[in-house]
Amino acid sequence: MREKLNIVIVGHVDHGKSTLVGRLFHDTNSLPEGKFEAIKVMCEKRGMPFEWAFLMDALQAERDQGITIDTCQIWFHSKKRDYVIIDAPGHKEFLKNMVTGAAASEAALLVIDADEGMQEQSRRHGYLLHLLGIRQVAVVVNKMDKVKFSEKRFNKVKTDCVAYLESIGITASEIIPVSARDGDNIVKRSAKMRWYQGPMVVEALDGFQVPVPAADQPLRFPVQDVYKFDDRRIIVGRIEAGTLKVGDELIFSPSNKKARVKSIEAWSVSEQPSEAHVGQSIGITLDEQLFIERGHIASNGDAPPIETDVFRARIFWLGKKPLKEGNEYKLKLGPMECRVRVQSVESEISTQDLKSSKSEAIERHNVGEVIFRTPKIIALDEFVNNPRTGRFVLVDGYEIAGGGIISMEGYADQRDLITQQSTNITKVKHGIRALDREMRNNHLGGVLWFTGLSGAGKSTLAVEVERQLYKKGYQAYVLDGDNIRQGLNANLGFSPEDRAENIRRVGEVAALFSRSGVIAITAFISPYRSDRERARRAAIGYFHEIFIKADLEICEKRDPKGLYKKARTGEIKEFTGISAPYEAPETPELVIDTTDSTVQECVNKILDYVVENLGARAVREKRVRVEGAE
Amino acid sequence: MNIGIDHQMSDLDQLESKSIYILREAFHSFEKLGLLWSLGKDSNVMIWLCRKAFFGYIPFPCVHVDTGKKFKEMYDFRDKYSKEWNLKMITGNCPPVEEMDASFPPAARSAARKTAGLKALVEREGFTGLIAGIRRDEEGTRSKERVFSPRGKTGRWNSSDQPPEFWDQFNSDFPPGCHVRIHPLLHWTEKDIWRYTLREKIPVIPLYFSKGGKRYRSLGDEDITSPVKSNAKTIPEIIKELETTRVAERSGRAMDHEGEDVFERLRAEGYM
Repeated sequence: MREKLNIVIVGHVDHGKSTLVGRLFHDTNSLPEGKFEAIKVMCEKRGMPFEWAFLMDALQAERDQGITIDTCQIWFHSKKRDYVIIDAPGHKEFLKNMVTGAAASEAALLVIDADEGMQEQSRRHGYLLHLLGIRQVAVVVNKMDKVKFSEKRFNKVKTDCVAYLESIGITASEIIPVSARDGDNIVKRSAKMRWYQGPMVVEALDGFQVPVPAADQPLRFPVQDVYKFDDRRIIVGRIEAGTLKVGDELIFSPSNKKARVKSIEAWSVSEQPSEAHVGQSIGITLDEQLFIERGHIASNGDAPPIETDVFRARIFWLGKKPLKEGNEYKLKLGPMECRVRVQSVESEISTQDLKSSKSEAIERHNVGEVIFRTPKIIALDEFVNNPRTGRFVLVDGYEIAGGGIISMEGYADQRDLITQQSTNITKVKHGIRALDREMRNNHLGGVLWFTGLSGAGKSTLAVEVERQLYKKGYQAYVLDGDNIRQGLNANLGFSPEDRAENIRRVGEVAALFSRSGVIAITAFISPYRSDRERARRAAIGYFHEIFIKADLEICEKRDPKGLYKKARTGEIKEFTGISAPYEAPETPELVIDTTDSTVQECVNKILDYVVENLGARAVREKRVRVEGAE
Repeated sequence: MNIGIDHQMSDLDQLESKSIYILREAFHSFEKLGLLWSLGKDSNVMIWLCRKAFFGYIPFPCVHVDTGKKFKEMYDFRDKYSKEWNLKMITGNCPPVEEMDASFPPAARSAARKTAGLKALVEREGFTGLIAGIRRDEEGTRSKERVFSPRGKTGRWNSSDQPPEFWDQFNSDFPPGCHVRIHPLLHWTEKDIWRYTLREKIPVIPLYFSKGGKRYRSLGDEDITSPVKSNAKTIPEIIKELETTRVAERSGRAMDHEGEDVFERLRAEGYM
């Protein structure tokens, strides 16, 4: 079996990509019969010298304007293997077509004009190769004839280029000086550059490896569809990683339902297969009739994908309108589709000098770091662990407008938080209504959930509000972060998962307090919306989110526990506001800005809110509501 | 760790798996889907892949746009296998050549009948997705195609502003009134098609095999298609021939060679 490798040719406009390919075909006798003559006629008709690019530029508009508009694939073979050569346009306007071509390849040639050196699209294309996950790159320094085959000039271009590529994590396998127009160093060694001893272009191609998918990866089988053409219920999809066997127990994320593989179905085979591997498009039946939807990911139970409704991504944007905070798009991750909202744009990255800058939007053709939020929990992987389930595209209107690769840095896998481990649980109904307890207390139970940066005043206010409520005859109790971590949550650390679990437990405890008629006041930074939303669901009808607001600079100046200082020196890692995100509430019940107010002013505002919403009148209203309905 | 050689998919298995993935995406994405069956070697492979993708069934109709000028062997093949493979057939006729754009050269003008017939049929049946068996290695403009390729209300292909398509994420959102061409064989070569036909024992029209030192490499209307010189009488001989030949596959299709941009114009108007 002959190997096949897909190679993309990228680089700045007019640096000679199409010419390189034309020459490669000619010098290896790969041109179809009559093609050379046909190109000659086309050039003569336009009164121009012979143009190799016309081999790839099949569109009339491309030949007339002398630019490659869209990507093109042609087949080519060396002695070693077969190649699909993908020519990508170098014009900025056609970046979407460059991405289309490059994403289909396994290795790349970056073409750079020896005279002009690295230009805008040379860098942008290099960066996109890195984002697209293409790690095998060779650099072709073209048009050496223009610089009189100077070794000195070549070394200058080489140094610039290597420095840039190294800084984005790409090590060029070869850097080859060529003159594509005349065939120097393409297939034959050039007599004009005796100082160069390295491989020719065709040898550099043969030096690339054909990537082989690893078998030891955990199984990822995204569901593409469910077919019922006959009495079989067949779940179809492509195995994106790992191996699947008849008899395996599968877990489907994010529904977290489990079943065993009963059979692997196939048409026109002598024997039904008993196992299937990465890359195969297959169909399976299960031993149980689960409700399974397109987009769910089947895996083994011991290494499932991440479940989350928030994630970080590095994206490239191709949309006509910029990507902005608050905008909604359609997310497509394998066969999974859902709405997604841009929670925040963390930074825009310049592909020219690699500097990141704070920004609220990512313009067309640019790259950036973005936090996305989905309306429900979805299953995904981090790109570094599993590229096929760790990347996605965004659709704006009718067109794919961007792509991204996922990182969960600073965000928790929410799988354990939503999974009920025990079975055979029956809920016991209380003999006393919540309303009865509340009528005796003469106030409603509730959770006053304080959220805000460290140093915003949560604990100070919580303790003072508790004291004042006590004086008014209210049953109130403060749940404070540091206290809870000494007892109930003593086994938790500060990883994203442990932080999420910390908040989950506090949310559940606060909910129990509120149902027992007490007002629980919680004082936790609780920086993630997902966590606070889960706490709200645990105490549904009792939950009051109170945003204790203060600018980061003020909090850092106050620094009551000396934590900001430690975070700035790096002694504390992932500190909210400094090195970890704080997601401000979108629609809190109450906002208390402590920047310019005294403690007493803030406490009074909270007390007013409690009396109005949880006081005696609220109890009477609830009674009418509940008993009127009964 | 690399997977054992037993599990390494062969190149034909990889091509097959990708095509099946595309066909299943198409079936999911389009309410009114049809498969263009030209009776040639490529579209027979496509039917075979559909039966694999859908476990012996083809859950959408097969469409034959009949110019009325095909070879007799082609009609015989259609009648035999549409029954044997249990295909749901839809056929459409083509208007006379006099109604076609007179600025086209003769063969292209004749080929344009098929585009017109197809347009009428799309309108009549309300297709939103049409599966076609074109390949990138056949011809220059086809090499620039997308797997899911949108066509405007008039069926036109806007080749200079195609949507991006990567990571097997195909565009499935389109403005109302558009239809989409789906190309599950775009990544196959002529040689791949024959190797797969051999491996899977897929029936083909005998015109592809040499008779009197000539054979057809590509089949179209009888009056504008000519055979090429060849002694290949079996599929293995065809494969061997393809390994050395430098004659283009569509060299016998007259409408490709009447002028520099004629085929591109045909395709822009909606030809496959």
